[in-house]
Amino acid sequence: MLSPELWALMGRSLLETLYMVIVSTIFSYVFGLPIGLALVATDRDGIRPMPVFNKVLGFVVNILRSVPFLILAVSIIPFTRFVVGTSIGTTATIVPLVVSAAPYIARMVESSIKEVGFGVIEAAQSMGASPWQIVTKVLVPEAKPSLLVGAAISVVTILGYSAMAGFIGGGGLGTVAVNYGYNRYNFEVMMVAVVIIVILVQVLQEAGLFIARKLDKRNR
Amino acid sequence: MLSAFILNKGEGSLEQDVIVRIRGLNKTFRGKAGTVVALDGIDLDIMRGEMFGIIGLSGAGKSTLVRCINFLEKPTEGTVEVDGQELGRLSKGELLAARRRMGMIFQQFNLLQQRTALENICFPLEIAGMKKAEAVKRARELLEIVGLTDRSDAYPSQMSGGQQQRVAIARALATNPSILLCDEATSALDPTTTRSILSLLKEINRTLGITVIIITHEMAVIEEVCQRVAIIDASHIAEIGAVDEVFTRPKSAMAKQLIYPDGERSRLATGKRYCRIVFDGNSSFEPVVSNMVLECKAPVNIMFADTKDVGGKAYGQMILQLPEDERAAKRALTYLETQNVHVEEGDAHAFT
Repeated sequence: MLSPELWALMGRSLLETLYMVIVSTIFSYVFGLPIGLALVATDRDGIRPMPVFNKVLGFVVNILRSVPFLILAVSIIPFTRFVVGTSIGTTATIVPLVVSAAPYIARMVESSIKEVGFGVIEAAQSMGASPWQIVTKVLVPEAKPSLLVGAAISVVTILGYSAMAGFIGGGGLGTVAVNYGYNRYNFEVMMVAVVIIVILVQVLQEAGLFIARKLDKRNR
Repeated sequence: MLSAFILNKGEGSLEQDVIVRIRGLNKTFRGKAGTVVALDGIDLDIMRGEMFGIIGLSGAGKSTLVRCINFLEKPTEGTVEVDGQELGRLSKGELLAARRRMGMIFQQFNLLQQRTALENICFPLEIAGMKKAEAVKRARELLEIVGLTDRSDAYPSQMSGGQQQRVAIARALATNPSILLCDEATSALDPTTTRSILSLLKEINRTLGITVIIITHEMAVIEEVCQRVAIIDASHIAEIGAVDEVFTRPKSAMAKQLIYPDGERSRLATGKRYCRIVFDGNSSFEPVVSNMVLECKAPVNIMFADTKDVGGKAYGQMILQLPEDERAAKRALTYLETQNVHVEEGDAHAFT
């Protein structure tokens, strides 16, 4: 089927994809988790209501969420250059991936945190817990299983975005599929890249769900 | 706290000090459907070391009232003073500290689902900044108080409702509060479990001297454990007093409705003469009615009879249809009044 050189390329590209996805996920959570928590906490019925701030933050998140990934990636090229010094390759792709995924993750986090019952929050308040203590000791730990399910979904989304970045020289399996498969009509290369991505999605998704189930102390 | 309790017990009702003082409390909620008045002009004193009941139908405002005591709800108007501190004047930090001196338990227990029983009890101690090892030690003591030493590593989903409420009680007691607020704490439990939780609350009140404030819609809960009760009706306090007093001589319509929830006496015929007699623990063994019939030679019709156990004492009440004859009725009433029972006279409407 594929030549040894192409298999080696596949291997390198898989590692590139993993690098992009893992680093992007970490940075997306660094920004997305606090934004998501802020969205919940400053809500009108939240533990620290700040309606104006909440509206503005929600608006910004929605705008970023509504721009398709490829368009966003191209339109922020100057910003990407400013941050990492280049606009092509795996490291450069991480910037638009984070900008695109962080607001997405913020919404995932928001919905997970909102699953925590009001009664538990009220109980913590009755014990004299501060808003910060409620976030760190009640909301996040209680929502942990749901946050993990959200993380599995987010990783898969980021993987999808990273493959799209192949069209703009993003590196990884997406680039292989585009350059070798699409541009040179090499159907086999495309299929192999796609199959690897499918397997990756399955593994990440199932692993996330498995861990979430393991950690959840409810319903057993 | 303990010394105050002993003082209180020793000097009885003369020198009881007020632990919660509520004055002119109003609370309104502004919602989509307009402004809703939850509480209106509440004045209330709760004494140190007592078990105080607050009862009312759902929506009467009792849950809002209890949340005003620890300022989970800030009153729209009026003052709440706890242990001499006016909560409205406290800074944010001081308010958090004041809340640690009050424990609260809930209808749905509100335990942290991802923590074990022991970790749940450690939670308020962590918040208060206690060291882990010390917190665990204290949590184990508390598990013993609530009788759950063998369930320390169980998660809430692995425990029964009664066990979860016991953990919640232990958690509420962790920071050594002087007040325990119970918001419909037994409403999600079956009668047997309710009784065991109530006796635990009683024991905590007796042995630790903690003031217990119980919110409920069930008269039986109040009767079993409380010394005094406030009846809330449509945002107001309809009646307040000693439980046995309110039970035997309910004055307000809401008190009557709560004590006779099914309105048994509405089936009475109209236009005749009736009287209601109430026995307390001392007189309920005397065959008062039989004696009256023999003594007065006047037959009576028993329209309604009921007995209840209030704070360990048996109370009975009966509604008698008196003889048609004016003089015979008068004789019967006079006899009853000499018999150490509480008598109330009236026509059928007076008791419906």
